[in-house]
Amino acid sequence: MSVGSGGTEQPSSATGASAKEADYQHPLRLLLSQLTLTPVLCLLVLLTVFVVVLFAPWIAPHPEAAILTDESFSLPDETMLLGSDFLGRDMFSRLLYGARVTLSVAFAIAIIAFVLGGTLGFFAAVKRGWVDSVLSRSVDALISFPAIMVALIVISALGSSIPVLIVTIALIDSTRVYRVARALGMDIGVQDYIEAARVRGENMGWIIFHEMLPNALAPLAAEFGIRFTYAILFISALSFLGLGVQAPQADLGVMVKENMQGLLYETYTPLYPALCIAIVTLSINLLVDWFLKTTDAALPDEL
Amino acid sequence: MTLFTLIAKRLLVGVVILFVVSALIFIGTEILPGDVAQAILGQGATPELLENVRVRLGLNDPAPVRYFRWLGNLLSGNLGASMVSGADIGQLLGERIWNTVMLAGVTALIAVPLAIGLGLLSAIKPNSLTDRAISVVSLSLISLPDFLIAIVLVMIFAVKLGWLPAIANLRPGQDFFTVARMMVLPVTVLVFTVLAHMVRMTRTAVINVLSSPATEMAILKGVPRWRLLLVHALPNALAPIANVVALNLAFLISGIVVVETLFNFSGLGRLMVESVSTRDIPLVQVCAMIFCTVYVLLNLLADIVAIVSNPRLRYPK
Repeated sequence: MSVGSGGTEQPSSATGASAKEADYQHPLRLLLSQLTLTPVLCLLVLLTVFVVVLFAPWIAPHPEAAILTDESFSLPDETMLLGSDFLGRDMFSRLLYGARVTLSVAFAIAIIAFVLGGTLGFFAAVKRGWVDSVLSRSVDALISFPAIMVALIVISALGSSIPVLIVTIALIDSTRVYRVARALGMDIGVQDYIEAARVRGENMGWIIFHEMLPNALAPLAAEFGIRFTYAILFISALSFLGLGVQAPQADLGVMVKENMQGLLYETYTPLYPALCIAIVTLSINLLVDWFLKTTDAALPDEL
Repeated sequence: MTLFTLIAKRLLVGVVILFVVSALIFIGTEILPGDVAQAILGQGATPELLENVRVRLGLNDPAPVRYFRWLGNLLSGNLGASMVSGADIGQLLGERIWNTVMLAGVTALIAVPLAIGLGLLSAIKPNSLTDRAISVVSLSLISLPDFLIAIVLVMIFAVKLGWLPAIANLRPGQDFFTVARMMVLPVTVLVFTVLAHMVRMTRTAVINVLSSPATEMAILKGVPRWRLLLVHALPNALAPIANVVALNLAFLISGIVVVETLFNFSGLGRLMVESVSTRDIPLVQVCAMIFCTVYVLLNLLADIVAIVSNPRLRYPK
C-alpha cells in the first residue's frame, strides 16, 4: 500500500564490503570484534534460557501438575523457590515447563512464517509480473486486517489448539516476512551478479539459494529475531485472553492469567511468567538492534 | 491528475477493501469450520439441535446467498441476535462501543502528540544522550508484553498505594470523577503500548527528511533552526508521520482487546473475546467487522493526508 513513502535507506550489506576491499573483514570476525557488554549479556541470557528450556524436565524440582500444598500463593521457601501458584503447585517448575511451551510454539511460528514468506517473497521478486501482483495483492488483503482480528476470527471458527495457533500466527507473520524478502529481493535482483547468473543460464532455484539468499542473510537474520519476539508476544497475549494454549497444557501467558487473582493478595506470582517473557524478548530485541548497527544492514522500512 | 480525482480513487479503493474484508470475515467464520452448527454445539449435539441452529442461522442456503443476506442486514443496521444469550446485538453494542471509543480516543489524544514530540526530540540530535535514552526506553517497551506493564502498574497504584481502582467496571450513571479515576490505569497501559512504535517510526521519518538535499540546502542558506524544523522539515514529514500514526492504531486495537479484558472494562474488545470463547459466531462477525472497518478507514485517512501533504504523490510515475 503506502509503505516506502518515508524511507530511502538501502540495504547496503551487499555493496558495503566490496567498496573498500582493503578493509575487508570476514563478517563473523567483524561481529566478534564489535562485541560489547550488552550483546554478550543478551547472548548469555538466551543461552541459559535455551538450556533451561531444553532440559526442563531434569532441572525442574517438581512435576508440572503436582499439587504440593493446599495453600494458594504460598511464600517462597526451600521446597518451592518461588512459592506456589493459585492451586498450590510449584511456580518455579511450572515456569520452566511453561517457557518450554511458549518458546517452542513461537519458534515453530517463526520458522514456518520464514519459510513461507521468505520463499514467496523472493519468488515474487525474481518472477515479477502477474505472479508478483497476485502474491502482493493477497498479502495486502491479509494486511488490511489488524493481526489480532485474524487470529480471533480463525479461533472462533476452528477452536483453539496448538496446530491452529501455529498455522494462523505463522500466516499473519509471513505477510511481513514476505514484504521484507520481496523488497530485499528487488534490491538484490538489479545487481550485476544476478544479471551474470541469468546470462549464464542458471535456473531460478539456484539464483535464489546461491546468489540472493547469502546476500540477504544479515537483514533476514535480524528479521527472524523480530518475528520470533513478535510470535512470543502474540501467543502469550492470546493465552492471556484465554484463547491460546488450552488446559491441561500451560504456557507463560496462561500462567499470568490463572494467577492474576493473586494480585489482590499482594503476591508477585503473576509477575514471574510475565517477567520471563520480557527477559527473552528484551534480550532478542537488544541483540537484533546491536546486530543491525554492527553489520550496517538495514531492514526495508519499518512497518 | 487533480487532487479531487486522486482522493476519489483512493476512497473507491477503500470501499473495495471493505468489501473484501467483509467477505473474508464471512469466509473465516462460516465456511472455514465446515459446519458452523457443529462448531457451535460441539461433537455431542443431537441432529435435532443441529437442525435447529441451522434454521436459526439460515445455514441451509448456499454460501453466496448467505453472504449477501448477511451483508445486506449489516448495512441496514439489522445486526441479528447473539447465539448464546439471544440478546439483540445492536443493544449489546450500544453502550460498549461508546466506552471503547472513549478509551481509544483518550489514549490517542495523549499518545499521538507525546509520541510525535518525543520522536522529534530524538531526531533533532541523533545519537545524543536524549536520543539514546528515548531509544533504549522505547525498545524495552516494545519488548514487553502489554500485561506486564499493566500488572506492575496495578501492583503499585492499586494494591500497594490504593490510589486507583484495579478494575474499570464502567456502568451507566456513574459520575465523571468515578469514571475518570477508573480510566487512568487502562489509558496509561495503552499509551505505553502504542507510544514506543510511534516514537521510533516518527524518529526514522524525521531523520529521513532532515538528511534530504532540500534540508541541507536550507541549512546552507542559513535558515534558523526552528524555521528549518517547522517550515522545512515538518510538512515533508507529515505524510510518513500520518502513516506511522495510522499503522500504530493497529497496535492500539490489539492493546484494547487485552487491556479491556485485564481491567474488566465493558467495551467492544472484551465483548469480542467473550464471543470468541463462547463461539458466538454472529457476535464475532459484527465485532470483527467494526474493528476492521475502523482500521481500514484509519489507513484510508492516512493515505489521504499523505496525498494532500505531499504533492509528489499526485503525479504517480
